[in-house]
Amino acid sequence: MSDVVERTLSVLPGLLRQHEPGAVPGGAGGPGRVSATSRLGSLIRSITALTSKHEEEKLIQQELTSLKATVSAPTTTLRLMKECMVRLIYCEMLGYESSFGYIHAIKLAQQGNLLEKRVGYLAVSLFLHENDELLLLLVNTVVKDLQSTNLVEVCMALTVVSQIFPREMIPAVLPLIEDKLQHSKEIIRRKAVQALYKFYLIAPNQVQHIHDKFRKALCDRDAGVMAASLHIYLQMIKENSSGYDLTGSFVTILKQVVGGKLPIDFNYHSVPAPWLQIQLLRILGLLGKDDPRTSELMYDVLDESLRRAEINHNITYAILFECVQTVYTIHPKSELLEKAAKCIGKFVLSPKINLKYLGLKALTYVIQQDPNLALQHQMTIIECLDHPDPIIKRETLELLYRITNGHNVIVIVQKMLDYLKESKEEYAIINLVGKIAELAEKYPFIFLKLWSQSSGKCDVVHPDIPNNFLRLLAEGFDDGKEDDQLRVYAVKSYLTLLEEEDALYPQKFLQVMSWVLGEYSSLVTDVDPEVILAKLHSLLKKTFVTSETKVWIMAAVTKIASHTSHSKTVDKLIQEFSNSLDTCMRQFAFELKHLCEDKALMKNLLPFDASCTDMVVDASLSFLDGFVSEGLGRGAAPYKPHHQRQEEKLSQEKALNFEPYGLSFAASVSSSGITGRQSPTGLSFGSDMSGNSGETGHKETNTLKLEGVHKLWGKEGYLPKKENKVGKENEPQTVSCGSLLARQVGDPPASRSDQVASLSEEDKEKQQLASTLFIGLGSSAGVSLLGKADTATQKFKRKSKINETRNSEEASDFQNSASSDFGPLLDTVPINLEDCEGNIHTRLRKVSLCSSDIVEDNLAFETPQSLKKSGLDDRLSDSRLSQSSLFADSNIEIFLPSPSAHCESASKIPLVPSLPEELQQLTHSEVVELCQSDALALYLCKVWTDDSLLLSVFVSNKTNSALNAVNLMFEEAEHFQILESPTYQFPVIEAQSVERCEKCVWMDKICTQGILSGSINYQSEMDTRLEFSVTLSLLDFIRPMAMTTEDFGKLWLSLSNDVKQNIRMSRSQDSLSAALNTLQQKLKLHIVDIIGNEGILACQLLPSVPCLLHCRTHSGMLALWFRSPCSALPDGLLYQCQKVMEES
Amino acid sequence: MINAILVFNNHGKPRLVRFYQHLAEEVQQQIIRETFHLVLKRDDHICNFLECGSLFGGSDYKLIYRHYATLYFVFCVDSSESELGILDLIQVFVETLDKCFENVCELDLIFHMDKVHHILQEVVIGGMVLETNMNEIVAQVEAQSKLEKAEGGLSAAPSRAVSAVKNINLPEIPRNINIGDINIKVPNLSQFM
Repeated sequence: MSDVVERTLSVLPGLLRQHEPGAVPGGAGGPGRVSATSRLGSLIRSITALTSKHEEEKLIQQELTSLKATVSAPTTTLRLMKECMVRLIYCEMLGYESSFGYIHAIKLAQQGNLLEKRVGYLAVSLFLHENDELLLLLVNTVVKDLQSTNLVEVCMALTVVSQIFPREMIPAVLPLIEDKLQHSKEIIRRKAVQALYKFYLIAPNQVQHIHDKFRKALCDRDAGVMAASLHIYLQMIKENSSGYDLTGSFVTILKQVVGGKLPIDFNYHSVPAPWLQIQLLRILGLLGKDDPRTSELMYDVLDESLRRAEINHNITYAILFECVQTVYTIHPKSELLEKAAKCIGKFVLSPKINLKYLGLKALTYVIQQDPNLALQHQMTIIECLDHPDPIIKRETLELLYRITNGHNVIVIVQKMLDYLKESKEEYAIINLVGKIAELAEKYPFIFLKLWSQSSGKCDVVHPDIPNNFLRLLAEGFDDGKEDDQLRVYAVKSYLTLLEEEDALYPQKFLQVMSWVLGEYSSLVTDVDPEVILAKLHSLLKKTFVTSETKVWIMAAVTKIASHTSHSKTVDKLIQEFSNSLDTCMRQFAFELKHLCEDKALMKNLLPFDASCTDMVVDASLSFLDGFVSEGLGRGAAPYKPHHQRQEEKLSQEKALNFEPYGLSFAASVSSSGITGRQSPTGLSFGSDMSGNSGETGHKETNTLKLEGVHKLWGKEGYLPKKENKVGKENEPQTVSCGSLLARQVGDPPASRSDQVASLSEEDKEKQQLASTLFIGLGSSAGVSLLGKADTATQKFKRKSKINETRNSEEASDFQNSASSDFGPLLDTVPINLEDCEGNIHTRLRKVSLCSSDIVEDNLAFETPQSLKKSGLDDRLSDSRLSQSSLFADSNIEIFLPSPSAHCESASKIPLVPSLPEELQQLTHSEVVELCQSDALALYLCKVWTDDSLLLSVFVSNKTNSALNAVNLMFEEAEHFQILESPTYQFPVIEAQSVERCEKCVWMDKICTQGILSGSINYQSEMDTRLEFSVTLSLLDFIRPMAMTTEDFGKLWLSLSNDVKQNIRMSRSQDSLSAALNTLQQKLKLHIVDIIGNEGILACQLLPSVPCLLHCRTHSGMLALWFRSPCSALPDGLLYQCQKVMEES
Repeated sequence: MINAILVFNNHGKPRLVRFYQHLAEEVQQQIIRETFHLVLKRDDHICNFLECGSLFGGSDYKLIYRHYATLYFVFCVDSSESELGILDLIQVFVETLDKCFENVCELDLIFHMDKVHHILQEVVIGGMVLETNMNEIVAQVEAQSKLEKAEGGLSAAPSRAVSAVKNINLPEIPRNINIGDINIKVPNLSQFM
């Protein structure tokens, strides 16, 4: 009765206010409460009346506009504002943004009375996110409310803090919240703990100092507060389980809870505080993991928990499940494990699906520790496989995946594929296909068999699978015999599959099939290749085969044809496809035809089982050299690459250079071309010296690797392979593991059959399935189920040999190429020396020290002959090492000390420092003063020796007494390296005398200019220290490099880093030779050759990094083209060139 | 932790949306839509747990849902929550709503959105379960509305006034836990400093 009165009461005001007769919507018990927020009510009513999404959008936009006007109007009362907020929350929930109202929500929280404040806070916590700047405006309100005497306000403030709070403002409220931990009301304490938990999550170090307060909260007399503090502890223990010695406390709490010491009020379905128990069990699990000592403490209480949880209710199972997980996580105790296993049984066998699901989950969790458990429940698991709920099925498959072994893998993958066929959820498919791929890698046999049965889904989802598989097959395993068994098995099973005339296979599968047949069909001796060819041929004619697959098949045909002497099918095929409309097919047919005419070439081209051999591609196309030189000899124009032709077109000068470059050059081409082809690495250098055709070499002349199987279908047919794997063809194939396995699966287990005779057919099937699924699970039961225990599991490991061999091959390539590059250099030395005889001493001049000034002398020519030779020798012996390390772009680390050791040879010289005799003959700078003090003066002279930059430092003692222990020290510089030690000690410098020391410097990292600083200290009355610095430029370390045109050509092709630049020539040096002379003088480049309007120059960065330069002039521009093994060197030199050309 | 609590009706209309991690508006709507589709196609007799895939950007998340007449209550949680525990928490939440609204129905959720949110705030705060004791939750809600009514006046919500009067003498529930003998050791405080 009172109910009716109440309803009438509540309906009345609503009706009165709305003036809308009949506006009360129908609904049991609902209508009375509609009135409270009438505008929201009308909004909702009009939305429900709408039919389309579009209309809804329109209506809400309208609503939002009017709301916007209302909230920003100054006359809006807080009460109205509150109503607006509720409407805004509703709009936001439907997905319409209402950011204009956010600030008003904050205002409402600040200004409103309790009711309005509450809505304001709620709106804030719903609208804003953690990093929103508007949140800062809320901080003051929160602080005010925390200090309020009204409990509700405090509560609201704490609630909003634990939902959302700006991290950087934590210090502002932290003390207030800490105070609240002592509040008399437990709800306040609880919320304060929750707020602190939030702080711990977003800024753990800010609450570090109050850890003992957490502890107090844990000991709070109110269980709710204690429960709240568990959140914090769970989080902290998750992060670091070892730091907390609280296991005893947690165990005691759990004991009390389980023992029913809590007030009856905490019971839920007569279970004492179940969520608290769950939380505690989780914490214990984390604490006891891998810790026998703490685990010991909790055995009792876990046992108690397992025992107590008997009432048949959901929540007891929740506790049981948690218990089981904890028991299996902590240090094991057999009694407990036994009980836990029983519990899992209860779950798995439960008719409630939720429990079954959890049971399966638990099984999955424990299966690795205890595979027997799965055996106990095998029948249930089999049933779950056919469960209507996909979630259960998926969990079952996950479980099966964990117990996969060599015996049951086929059945399990089969089940997975069945699931794949039905499933539509993308996430599930991806997950499962990943698992199948993983299994396939582990157990390749199953793959061959199963692929055919899988639907097309597999190829859509995971294109990687076939590639991985083929790679696996091609690279093989540790054991060569197993490889071949696998391959033979693959070929045979595919042939059987092809027998079925009208079977439709996925394209990817056909591709795999044809690849395997092409590659390994010759391993199968008892099948006529003609048969295979016929099958492939018929496949080619099928309409469902895509053109991509056709290419795969065609390649397979080509490969098989290379093993057979003569095949009618091939002839027929060639005939058929030679006039195919598909150009690709036509080309393949054409190639096949030509290859068939030359069997020897074909065999060479398609060696057996060479899919993993790395192919060495001769990017310089040196095998065409003979052809090219012949053509050139007949007067053909040299090849020019596209960009160069365009450049020339632009310059619109002389159209083409029809002149051949002299006879000697043509001869050299042909000779080197021939040797190139026979070079052991397959890497040879076209030595076309025109500089034009030098460009034909690819940038990457070091071996282009075709890795993996897929790429095989690229340019495979064009290059001879150097290394053939032999000795695999003749191994006889008798037993195939795979077929054995297949037989196992097919046969029903004999010994089992008498036991199952009484069972129904369906059950029998299931039993069979079970026996195939659970074999090999470690226990005797598994074996007896099968009745056969003879087969060993086939596990294959992918071998990693491939990479190693590849690396070593690469290394040897470098060695070879390096030695072949530098070999001829030795021969050329005398010639060059003769050349420069005339220049010697003619331009001797001293240059200033400052290295931005250019050294004008061609100093290499001034080097005494003996020195030069020895230097070159050094370089040669060095060349292999430096070359290879340079290719890896590292800096040179290995040095041979110069034989002409002038380092650190201190000797006495007069007070005015000058170089000693032997150094005077070398090019050197003037002696300049570095620094000076009362007692000392430091001078420096740079000497550009052939193999290093020699810094000659003079220390002159200006005093009238001897100076003792003068230490010279160079600091470590980023770019430079001082050979031997960077320090030198003069034991004594006599009064009024000069001592000298020398340091050899190399450039370690390339830079255009760098500073080498150092200091000198000496003992007079006190320790005195002088600092100095020397500027060194790149040019200090550049030396000319003498070589012949041919060597230049070879080296040019072997270098990979190039830089091109056109620079304008000034009028004074409009001819090429003038420009080159400038470069020769100022940059110390060696002019190798000048032909027409092109010139080639060479230099090296000490100790032996070559850099080659090709110059060409056209219409007042000088086209510079640098190449070097080091990437930074061309850039540096280019910069210097530009500077030099601008200056002159 | 609980990442989101979604309530929608049989047609996918959202009735209560609460995310505990910040997500863009569009993402939220997408999650609501996809969750609805996932849940809708499951009939009532199969299990209440669902893996939601990459919906939340990780594989760790699960949907735990219950279906009541016209409404789906979906909790999206990560692996640190107990599935069955959450399932019963939904029950607690719904029962609490029922107590607060007396025979709760979909309309109550629509028209008293703010109140529903306030009740939820007493159960779950910032993604963590705060209180699972139904009586306590109801008491908190009532106590707050009682105080507010003192300010807001009776006219605002007569029905609530009536129910408040009914429950005005709600006894203070003793909640003391006897932990006299727990005696927590504090051996080395330094770890916690």
